[in-house]
Amino acid sequence: MPVRDLKARTGNEAMAEAMRQINPDVVAAYPITPATEIVQIFSGFCADGLVDTEFVAVESEHSAMSACIGASAAGARVMTGTSSQGLSLMAEMLYIAAGLRCPLVLAEVNRALSAPINIHCDHSDTMSVRDAGWIQIFSENAQEAYDNLIQAVRIAEHPDVLLPVMVTTDGFIISHGLEAVQLLPDAEVKSFVGRYQPKYSLLDTDHPITVGSLDFTDYYFEHRRQVAEAMDKARSVILELGEEFARRFGRSYGFFEGYRLDDAVIAIVVLGSTAGTARVAVDALRNQGIKAGLLKLRVFRPFPARELAAALSNLQAIAVMDRSDTLAGTGGPLFHEVRSALYDLGSRPRVVNQIYGLGGRDITVEDIQEVYMSLHRLAAEKESLPPVQYLGVRE
Amino acid sequence: MSSAQGWRDLTVGGIIPTPGTARSYETGDWRNVRPLHSKEKCINCLICWLYCPDAAIVVKDGKVLGIDYAHCKGCGICARECPDKVHAIEMVNEAEWEEMKDNKE
Ligand code: SF4
Ligand code: SF4
Repeated sequence: MPVRDLKARTGNEAMAEAMRQINPDVVAAYPITPATEIVQIFSGFCADGLVDTEFVAVESEHSAMSACIGASAAGARVMTGTSSQGLSLMAEMLYIAAGLRCPLVLAEVNRALSAPINIHCDHSDTMSVRDAGWIQIFSENAQEAYDNLIQAVRIAEHPDVLLPVMVTTDGFIISHGLEAVQLLPDAEVKSFVGRYQPKYSLLDTDHPITVGSLDFTDYYFEHRRQVAEAMDKARSVILELGEEFARRFGRSYGFFEGYRLDDAVIAIVVLGSTAGTARVAVDALRNQGIKAGLLKLRVFRPFPARELAAALSNLQAIAVMDRSDTLAGTGGPLFHEVRSALYDLGSRPRVVNQIYGLGGRDITVEDIQEVYMSLHRLAAEKESLPPVQYLGVRE
Repeated sequence: MSSAQGWRDLTVGGIIPTPGTARSYETGDWRNVRPLHSKEKCINCLICWLYCPDAAIVVKDGKVLGIDYAHCKGCGICARECPDKVHAIEMVNEAEWEEMKDNKE
């Protein structure tokens, strides 16, 4: 890629830029660190007349998501952004957005949940709403955040899906880190996202509809079953759009990305920005002759269990890196799902969990190298490991 | 329930794409007090029609014809809002109404 195509952008700036190019009909949002800038910058675009968006400044995140749902039911293309406590305050409405099949897109910046109060990155906020019926896509850097947000619009609005999508970055690490990002021309983004053609609209008074009617023992179950089906259908839509994006813009996206995984004996599974750090660790270990690999998961919902199991089946030992904890005493949410995905394999790799980086605790190349070395000893039967460990916490 | 549509055939998200379906949902059987309207006393001011939350006051040509008991939930708002001097609507307990009916027969 010629250097002149690259612009210096933080994750938040890159997401705001994607929103400008998408030019949604409605954005309703409330500020929260470290996501504030996304909608702050975007509201500047509105004030400068660079977008046609109706910007709704609301009094809380609960109201933000409520306004988004109303606008979506009216047939608008809708986006918002939030983080941490903001996402928690939205939680009630997140379930409603999915249940009413509103194809909203949310730029979410991963941040720890109180208490104690903390504004730095971990994945507790996003993981706490993992069963809300939202598609969840993680980004490793500002470029991926930008690309993912553009693809999210098409994924959400696909007639087989009609589910809300949250695209996440890691608080401060991506949201405020300045990186080189290749921005697409406005016209290219406009043509990629196309026009949203809602099947129903509350504003279409010639065809009046009811949204959110009471659904008792006789229908609720069927409507929830539909959401499960839509989530399943999203799998092929995500892959097809990833391929289309690659054809048009040269960067390919799937459910996950492997790094030196094909001939690896040991590997770690990560989400988000830690993948960049882990690549350096993998290279260092490879130089020492240790067959280390990496799997960076991009799509957490729907969970690509079958594909993950196939990609990980030949390994001897795996460490799943969780930047949040279920506090069930059985490890983090990613660990639960990855280990469950491997259960049906004839011969399974050993799988352990490392919970790390809570509240923004830094994770270093050396930390990750040490995780690999413990896997190396485990694979060689020289050491046994507890199933769940806390990496980088002071004892 | 078994004869109702399966999940594949229902509209997504429970959207009801046709208007006026409340008409086929008979909320009248929730009622335990029944408004009785007196055509003799009624001055046809239509205040009850304005206030009824279930559109259960039946009006034709500016005159109250009676109550749509298939949808009237018996909230009593009509009786309360009917002008004091007129008092053309009386709320009667459904059980008492059954007795009144039987006595008449
Ligand atoms: S009792 Fe309530 S629902 Fe029934 S007619 Fe009067 S106002 Fe309407
Ligand atoms: S409020 Fe009373 S007087 Fe007026 S129309 Fe209704 S029943 Fe008749």
